[in-house]
Amino acid sequence: MREHLFGKTLEELKDLSVKLGLPAFTGRQLAEWLYKKEISSFDEMTNLSLKARALLKEHYDTGIISPTDIQVSVDGTKKYLFPALEGKFIETAYIPDGLRHTVCVSSQVGCKMGCLFCMTGKQGFQGNLSSGEILNQYRSIPEWKSITNLVYMGMGEPLDNLEEVLKSLEVLISDWGFALSPRRITVSTIGITPAMLEFLNRSNAHLAVSLHTPFEEERRKLMPVQQVYPLKEVLKEIKSWDFGRQRRVSFEYILFKDFNDSLSHVNELSKILHGIRCRINLIRFHPIPDTPLESPDEETIQAFKEKLTAKGITTTIRASRGQDIWAACGLLSTKKLADK
Amino acid sequence: MTTNDSHQVSPVSISFTEELTEGIYLIGFRREFLFRAGQVIGIAMEEKGPRRLYSICSGEQEEEIHILYKVVDDGFLTPQLSDLEIGETIWITAPGGEFTGDKDPAVWIATGTGIAPFYSMFRSGLGENKTLLHGNRFMEQFNFYDEFREAFGQNYIRCSSADNGEEVYQGRVTRYLEEQDALNPALKYYLCGSADMVVEARDILISKGIPFSNIISEIYF
Repeated sequence: MREHLFGKTLEELKDLSVKLGLPAFTGRQLAEWLYKKEISSFDEMTNLSLKARALLKEHYDTGIISPTDIQVSVDGTKKYLFPALEGKFIETAYIPDGLRHTVCVSSQVGCKMGCLFCMTGKQGFQGNLSSGEILNQYRSIPEWKSITNLVYMGMGEPLDNLEEVLKSLEVLISDWGFALSPRRITVSTIGITPAMLEFLNRSNAHLAVSLHTPFEEERRKLMPVQQVYPLKEVLKEIKSWDFGRQRRVSFEYILFKDFNDSLSHVNELSKILHGIRCRINLIRFHPIPDTPLESPDEETIQAFKEKLTAKGITTTIRASRGQDIWAACGLLSTKKLADK
Repeated sequence: MTTNDSHQVSPVSISFTEELTEGIYLIGFRREFLFRAGQVIGIAMEEKGPRRLYSICSGEQEEEIHILYKVVDDGFLTPQLSDLEIGETIWITAPGGEFTGDKDPAVWIATGTGIAPFYSMFRSGLGENKTLLHGNRFMEQFNFYDEFREAFGQNYIRCSSADNGEEVYQGRVTRYLEEQDALNPALKYYLCGSADMVVEARDILISKGIPFSNIISEIYF
C-alpha cells in the first residue's frame, strides 16, 4: 500500500516534493488541492505537470477515502463507517443542530482506557489512526463544507495518540490547511496529564476533560486511568494553566443513577472546580450491554443541573443524539467488524 | 533523590539487570525514596526524553527498586532499556498512582507483566489472605513462581493459554473466571494487564455478581 498524502503538513508536503525531484512550491500546491478543494485523485490536480502527477501516483495515494456505510437517525444524526488500518473500521458521527453542524471524529481504532461505561472500550485496542485518517473523517463526509464544529470525542482516547492528533490539528487550523478556527475544535481526554500539558502547550483548541465524579475513590471504579493519573493532579495542572479569554475548558459528566447524582456530588464539584473558569456538560448515560450502570430519570438530571447552576457553575445538558443508530456518546464501536 | 513533582525527573544508576525469560527483563537501581506497593514511576532514557510508566516490582522496604518489562519490538523505550548495562543512567519520576493494595482479603488477577504491582504488594507484606490468578501464554513466563507457590499455596493459580503443565489451568484467565460458580462478591478484585484482558475480566466478574465497586483495575497503556 502506498503512503497517503492526506494529513501531511505543509512542511512534509514540501519535503516529499523535493525528494521526488519536484519544485518545493509543489508542496503548497498539494496542500491547496488536498485541503481546500474537492478532489479525489491526482489527475484532478490540474496545475501540476503531467510528470509531477505521474510521480505522485507512483509513490503515493491521496488518502481521501469515502465512507463505506452510513446510518441515519430519526433525529438527523448520521453515523459513517470508514475503513482504517488493515481490515479495521472506525465510526464518525455527524450531528446537525440548527446552525451548528458538528462532526465527532475518532482518533483510534478501539480504545485502551477501559472505562466501565463506554462501548468503545469493550472492543479493546486495535491501533492508532494517522493524522490523515483522523482528518479524512471530516473531509470525506458529504456535509464537510457545512461543518461548524469538530470534536475529538469519537472512538479512542485522543491524547493517547498525541502526535497524530496534534498534526491533524495543525492541518485543520493552518492557513494552508482547512483554516478552521481553533475555537471551533474541542479535544476530549480522560486526563492523561503529561499528554494534556503537551496538548495545551502545542495547540489552541478547546479542552474537554471526562470527569464523571468529583470523588477520587469513585472515579477509580469507573475509569482505570485514575490509578495512574489521579483527578487531583489533572485539576492542579488545569488550575495553573492560563486559558486566556478565548480558550475553553469544559468537564464532561455522565450521570449514573444512585452513583454520582447526589447533592454531595454537586457540593464536591463546586469545591474541586473552584477557581477554574469552566463549564460542565451533563450527559445522559446510554446503557451498553451488560452494564451495571443506569441513567437517572429526567427530573434528577434537571435538578442536578439546577443545583450546579445555583453554585455558579455554567452547566448544560447535552442532547442525546443518534441513540437509535448507536451514534450517541459512548456507543461507538466497530467490535463486530474487528472480530471478523 | 527523586522529587515530589511527577513532572521532574532524576537520574539513577542501573545496579541490576537480568533477562528473566525471553524478552522479559528485570532492571534495578538503588531505592532513594518511599513508595506504596502498586505504584508506578515514569522512566526516560534522557532528562527531557519521552517517558513511559512502569509499575514498581519490588517491596516497599527493599534496597533496590525493580522494574519488570517486556520488550516490545516496535516500542520506544523497552528496546533501549533492554540494552542497558550496570552503571548506565536512566531518568525517573517520583512514584505515583493509586493502584495500591491493603491487608484485606482480595483476589489479584494479572496477565503478563501485569504481575509487577502484585509482586510489589506481596514483597511488602500484603500477600496474606489473597488469591493470585496469573495468566501467561507460556509456562516459562511465570516469573516469581517459586515465591508465589510457597506463599500462596493453592491460592496461586496459573493459567497458561498455550502450554500444558502440572498444576496449571490450560486456558486464558478470562476462561478460568467464566468457569467459576462461587466467586465471593464481598471481596475486592484487583485487575492488572492489557486493556483487552481487564475489560473482559471485569465484564465476567460483573456478570457473576461482583459489584463493580469491588473491582479495581489498572491497564497498561
